[in-house]
Formats: sequence, C-alpha cells, structure tokens
Amino acid sequence: MNIKYLLIIMLVVSQSVFSAEKQIDPKEIQKNLRCLVCQGQSISDSNSDFAQTIKMVVDDLISEGLTEEEIYSFMSDKYGEWIVFKPQLNIQNSLLWIFPYMALILGGFFITKLFNKRNKLTK
Amino acid sequence: MQKIVKAIIFFIFLFILSVFFIGLNRDTNYNTVNQIKKEIPDFKVSYLNKENFFAKKDLRKNNFTLINFWASWCAPCRIEHPVLIRLSDEKNIKIVGVNFKDKKKQAEKFLDELGNPYDVSTKDPNGKQSVLFGIYGIPESILINKELIVIKKFVGPLSANDFDYIKEIIK
Amino acid sequence: MISNFGNLLLCVSIVLSLSIIYLSNKNLKLNGNQITKNIFQLSLIQSTVVIICFFTLIAAFIVSDFSLITVYQNSHSMKPIFYKITGTWGNHEGSLMLWVIILTIFSFLFLVYNKNHPKIFRLLTLIIQNILIIGFLFFILLNSNPFSPLSPIPKEGLGLNPILQDPALAIHPPLLYLGFVGSSIYFSAAIASLISNYSEKNFASSIKNWILISWSFQTLGILVGSIWAYYELGWGGFWFWDPVENASLLPWFAMTALFHSIIVFEKRNLFYFWVIILCLMTFILSVTGTFLVRSGILNSVHTFASDPTRGIYILSFLSLMIFGSVFLLFKKYKAENYNLNQNSKETFILVNNWFMMFYLVTVLLGTIYPIFTDVISQNKISVGPPFYNAIIFPVVVIFLIFMAIGPNASWIKNKFDSIKLYFLILLGAILINLMIILFFKNFSILSNFIIISALFLILSSLKDFIISKKKNNLDLARIIAHASFGFLVLFIGLNHIFSVEKDYNMKIGETKKFENYSIEFKNLELKDFTNYQAVVGEFEILKEKDRNILKPEIRIYSNPKTLTYEASIKTSFIKDYYLTMSNIDRSDYYNIKFQEKPLMIWIWFSVIMIVIGGLLRFFKNAKNS
Repeated sequence: MNIKYLLIIMLVVSQSVFSAEKQIDPKEIQKNLRCLVCQGQSISDSNSDFAQTIKMVVDDLISEGLTEEEIYSFMSDKYGEWIVFKPQLNIQNSLLWIFPYMALILGGFFITKLFNKRNKLTK
Repeated sequence: MQKIVKAIIFFIFLFILSVFFIGLNRDTNYNTVNQIKKEIPDFKVSYLNKENFFAKKDLRKNNFTLINFWASWCAPCRIEHPVLIRLSDEKNIKIVGVNFKDKKKQAEKFLDELGNPYDVSTKDPNGKQSVLFGIYGIPESILINKELIVIKKFVGPLSANDFDYIKEIIK
Repeated sequence: MISNFGNLLLCVSIVLSLSIIYLSNKNLKLNGNQITKNIFQLSLIQSTVVIICFFTLIAAFIVSDFSLITVYQNSHSMKPIFYKITGTWGNHEGSLMLWVIILTIFSFLFLVYNKNHPKIFRLLTLIIQNILIIGFLFFILLNSNPFSPLSPIPKEGLGLNPILQDPALAIHPPLLYLGFVGSSIYFSAAIASLISNYSEKNFASSIKNWILISWSFQTLGILVGSIWAYYELGWGGFWFWDPVENASLLPWFAMTALFHSIIVFEKRNLFYFWVIILCLMTFILSVTGTFLVRSGILNSVHTFASDPTRGIYILSFLSLMIFGSVFLLFKKYKAENYNLNQNSKETFILVNNWFMMFYLVTVLLGTIYPIFTDVISQNKISVGPPFYNAIIFPVVVIFLIFMAIGPNASWIKNKFDSIKLYFLILLGAILINLMIILFFKNFSILSNFIIISALFLILSSLKDFIISKKKNNLDLARIIAHASFGFLVLFIGLNHIFSVEKDYNMKIGETKKFENYSIEFKNLELKDFTNYQAVVGEFEILKEKDRNILKPEIRIYSNPKTLTYEASIKTSFIKDYYLTMSNIDRSDYYNIKFQEKPLMIWIWFSVIMIVIGGLLRFFKNAKNS
C-alpha cells in the first residue's frame, strides 16, 4: 500500500519537474526547424537568407508568448509539415509514434512466452 | 506456421515494396504549392514610398489579386517582370508588389528600369511579413480571389504558362 | 581503350561466376566430400579479375581519361592525385566496383576457410553468393557502368565535390563495405544452411567469425563517417539521424543481435531459425539501405546523384532477395523446443536481441515513414532527431542496466549475482552523478538517468574485471566492449549536457563577450590554393586565462563552382573548440557560430575500444579453432 503511494508521489513530482524544465529555448526550436532551401540543415545550423528570417520570426513568436508546440504549428501551417523535424502528433503520424513501443511490448510478450514452456515439435 | 501468419507476412512485404516502387516516381524536391485553399493571414506591410500600412482588409475590394514577392537583387525577378507587366494590363486583377529584403533606392531603380506593374507597391525589409504567407525564396507569387482564399501559389518566376493560367481563372 | 578493357573484364567476371555456379552444381551431384580444385581456382581468378578491373578504373582516374563518363562526371585534371584516386569510389558507379570486390573476396575466403564443413553447405553458399555477384555485375554492366564511354571526349572533367575531397573518403566507404557488403556471405550461408538442412552448432562456427569481422568494420565505418561529418559539415554534430546514416545503422543493429544470438546457438543449439532470420535480415537491410541512398527516393545531405532507373533495378533485386528468403523460410520452418529459465544467460541474450530489434524498428520506421506519407497522402513530412531521441533515449537507460547484469547470468540455470553488490554499484553511480551536478551544473531528469545507468554499466564492468581476474575466467573482449559502450553513452551524455553554443553576427575588429568567454574577430585574409580560394578569418577565443586562435575558412572552389565552410577545430583532451564563419549576403557582417564541445575525443575513443573488444573476440576465436 505504502509503495503505491510512494510511486504516485514520485510520478507527480517527476512530472512537475519535467514540465518545469521545459523552458522555452530558441536554440532548441531552431534546431527542430528545417531550412527549406538547404540540404537537410536545421534553421539553427544554416545561415541562409531563409534561415535568418525564420530565426527572427521565432524570436518574435517567443516574445509573443507562444509555446514550443504552437510555434511548430505556426510553421507547419505556413510551410507544410516538412519544415518541422518532429513529426506532428496527428492521425497520419500516429502509427509512427506508437509502433516502436508497440513492437517493444510485443517483443516482451514473445520472450515471456518462452519461459518454462514446452512447444511440441512438428514433424 | 499457420497459413494466415504466412499470408500476413507476405502481404506486408508486398505492401512495403509496392510503396517503394511508387515512391520512386515521386519528386523529392519540396515546394509549398500545396499550401493552398486557405485564407491569407492577417498581415501588415508598409508602402514602398509612404509610411502608412497596407493590410488584409485593403484587398477585399479586388476581384482577384496577385501578390508578388520580388527584390532588385534577384535575377529571376528580372526574367518574370515582363509577365507581370502584361498582367497589369488585365482587368479584374490587381497586382500587389512586396519588395522583399531590399533597399528603397535599388527597388525604385529596378522599377524605373523595367516598368512598374504594381497597383500597390509595398515593402517587407526584414522578410518577416512574407513568412506569414509561407514565402521561402523569391520570386514567389500568390493568386487570391475576392474571398481572400489562396487559389494558387507560384514558386519561382512566372512563366508564360502561368500567365495563361491566371488569365483563365480571372475571366 | 580503358573502356573496352574494363568492359571485357566485367564480362569475364560474369562468365567466371556462371562457371563457378555450373561446376559447383556438378560437384554437388558427385559423392564424397571433395570440392574439385578448379572451383577454388576459378574463385581466386574471379577475385583477381575484379580487382584488376577496379585498378583499371583507378588508372583511368589517375590519368584523367575523360572518355569514360564516370571519370568525366567526377574528376578534374587539376585535382590532387590523392583525390583522383579516392574519387574513384566516391561516386555511384565506382563504389559498385568496391561492392563486387568484397562480394568476390569474401566468397573465395569463405570457401577456403571452411574445410571442416559439409561440401553441400559450402558449395550452396558459393552458388548463392555468386548469384548475388552476377546480380551486381549485371547491374553494373547494364545500368551503372563506370567504363561507359563518352563521345566526343571532353577536354576537362566536371570535378569532384569539395566536401568529398577529404582523407576520410579514402577509408569510409571501404570500411563500411567490409561491414555491410561482407554480411552477404552469411546471408548466402544462411540460405545454404536452410536448403541443405545444415542446422547443427557447427553451422554457427562457420559464420561466427565472419559476423564479428563485418560487425567490427561496420562499427569502424560508422565511426569514420561520424568523425568526417563532424569535421566537414561544420554543424558541430556527429550524428543527425539522416537517412544515409540510418542506412548504415540498420545492419549494425542486426549484426549486434546476430553475434549475441550465435553465442547461444553455438553453446546450446537454440534459436536456429532466429539466427537464420538475422543473417538474412542483415544483408537485406544492407541492400535496402543502398536502395534508399542511391535511388533518390529520400532527400539527404549525403545522397549520390540520383537516377530512377537505378532505383528500379536495386528494388527488383531487393524484392527477389526478400521473397526468396521468405518463401524458403516458410518451407523449412520447424517449431523449436524452448525451455528457458528466466534468469539464465540465454534469456539476457534474448533481451539484447529484443532491444536491438526495437532500435531497428524505430530507425527503420523513422527513415521510411516519409515515403509512405508521400505516396499515400501526398504529404511530405520530416522525421528528424526529435523523434529518434524521444523514442530511443529513455529505452537506452534500461538497456544499459541489462548490459551490466546480463553477462553474469549463468547458462541454463536460474542463478544471479548477489543483488547487494548491484545495489552498491547503483549507489556509486548515483553518487558520482550527484557530484557532477554539485560541481558543475544541473541537468534534465532523462539526462540524469542516462548518466547513472551508463555509470552503472561502467562500474559493473569494472567489478566483473576484478572478480573474473581473481577467478581466472576473464572475458576481456566482452568487458571491454560493454564498458566502452557505457563510456560512449556517458561521454555523449556529458557532451550534450555541457556543450556551449553561441551565434553572433560580427564585423572585423569586433569582440563579443558572454559568461566568461570572449571572442575577438581579429583578421580576414584571402589565400590561394591549387583548386580553391579561401577567405580565412582569424579569431581569438579567450576563456579566463586560456587563449586560443581559431581560423575558420570560406572556400571558393572553381571545379565545380561551390562554396564550402571549413570549421576551425581546436581539440584537447577535455574539449573541442569549434568555430564556423559564413558570409551574410549583401552585408559586411559575418555570421560566427562558436561551440565548445566537451569530451569529443573520448567519444571517438570509446567506439574504437568497442571495436577492439570485437577484434579481441575474433582473434581469440581464430586462435581456438
């Protein structure tokens, strides 16, 4: 009983610490935006004309109070999803985000099935 | 192994490989021409020659508007300029020019030299307003209707085909 | 002349492969376990012919024979000779020759080194391998021929991309190919094993060392690629989850899973079909990777110039490989008798495979998902570092713990090391982590977990070393490899936490100050070199009493006309200083990116130590057999 309470308290504390740490960092955001006229560089790494304009816009949006997710939404609304390196959480991308952990859990099932189990040899 | 498991595995591979085959024919170059059918954003640009602002509401009186993003230092802009001049003769469409990251003197010189097709001349010296339109390189042009919905995005210089297309739309 | 000679040698290679297949087939029908001498001789001649063919191509590059399309497109008479030579395999057609060399050499060596295995297994492996070789030779001759002639003969070539004019080009492709192209041999061996029903433990010993060798080279190849990206790209990073990088990582996950599983197979004759699946998977992933990179289907900073017909050929070849393997597996699959204990070593090796498959699925899915969204919903998406980091890093924490505990479990039995000892080690790890926070700075919760579990693995390995030295059953290879992996994660974590990055627009003479750093833009010079001009900036970085001069460059190449940015890197044992300078259009300001990257050299060193672990195991195996 006590362990359960302890776990819940730990979870709540870690969640609040986790979210408190999420201070908005312009460099992080710039690293997650793609420079559309470069070869795979992020806005942070590139200093093309385009990248410089976007850096300014990101700074403006931050000072307007937008959260990180809202800035990504803004950019993908203007330029399409390709500009954001983190796949947006929508129905189209749901399989992408869910499948790896599903595969992990499935693998776990497979392995536990093998414990102390005798399979019949097929002829 | 059960037949059904085998069938599932076979079809998964078939599906993946088919998608790869189809994917080979797709163009990997990215452009934003699919960002259409939405209403244009709220924007505010100052006029090229005045200090007042030109905003979204000022566009509602036009039947059709072509917003053209250009600069004096942009070589393809010179190439598309004659098309804009031809377009400026058309009724039913107004052309708004947005001078992008440029200097007023150079911009005016450009227009003196090649002609001014713009019904309204505005400027965006730091490029930030153009981001609202999803501009990432110039020249780019956006064709909108009376309801201010984007009909088509032209990335790169306007060609003769683009001119015919626009002429068709604005009839 | 060179063109004809090269084409002739290619045709001769095809004839040789066909002969080998024919003779092997004939030999299979005979009784006895003897393989006729001419099969060996033909294999040796085959390798020799392909190597001569490759040297012919190199010669064409050295003399700048622009009558060959490949030389014209990828070389220039003013290039330094070193890059004329290495440029041979810096392009699609030339690198395919490297593929075929490795396919043929491995084919011959596998035949020679497996005298103690049944004839049917060896010959079937040879036949399958030669089918692969013929597939690639036809690809080269019909689609991607480096000896394709050009008429009229141009006076000058188009030049080699300046980013490729780097010593790393000399070793990166050969190392990688020894890795994932080398995996072809155990692909062929797996098919041979299935067909000939050669499923005893001895099968494991025939491929064990080949797996180790290919894995070691694959790891080295990936390392060199990362070092090259770090020095050359100017972004300060060494891994970007770029599709081409992922393509080299996918076979690596399969190889790692494989050489762990083969330990179980050899010791306990378990997991035969899983081992076969991994053997097939590795080379299939290698060809898939090559497809993704060379077909132009994905956008990447590394892609070769693309051509859709290439893609169709490779994809058809890949489809044949996949369906062939799948059908054969369906036909031959027999359920096995498993009787595993929860805390046995077999289980922990399964756990390793479990995690490897998780990493594999994640990286594969992330890499090919954009193709699916593009084809199915006409929508282009990007899958970049935020995805991979978010999915993989939390799992690595747990993985490291298993890496520490697993090797100490016993075979078969349900025995475990004392929990008390592990608890102490965990405490030690937490303590060291707290000290880092105390003396330096605080960092995110996830980073804390990663540092702690990495330290746990390192300290556990140290404990293993001490205990097993006393008991005289020291497994140095495993301890070094596992501990180094722990160090790798530790150094990457610390590097990420303590990196400093600043971005400024500066004019000559300006100084920027932040925290206890100062950056002064002292000078700008224009210098001339053989095939480029360089704008060299001189910067002084001052951190407290420590003064360093860094000289980043903007290089203007003429053939082809390109601009590159050369980072200035000052390496020391504790940190790297990293500075890039780029011009801002229509302004006399320069954009300066300054980075301080701690412990970079230890990251590289950890990977080298992992490879040394693998090689130690290889040499021990070779000594024992």
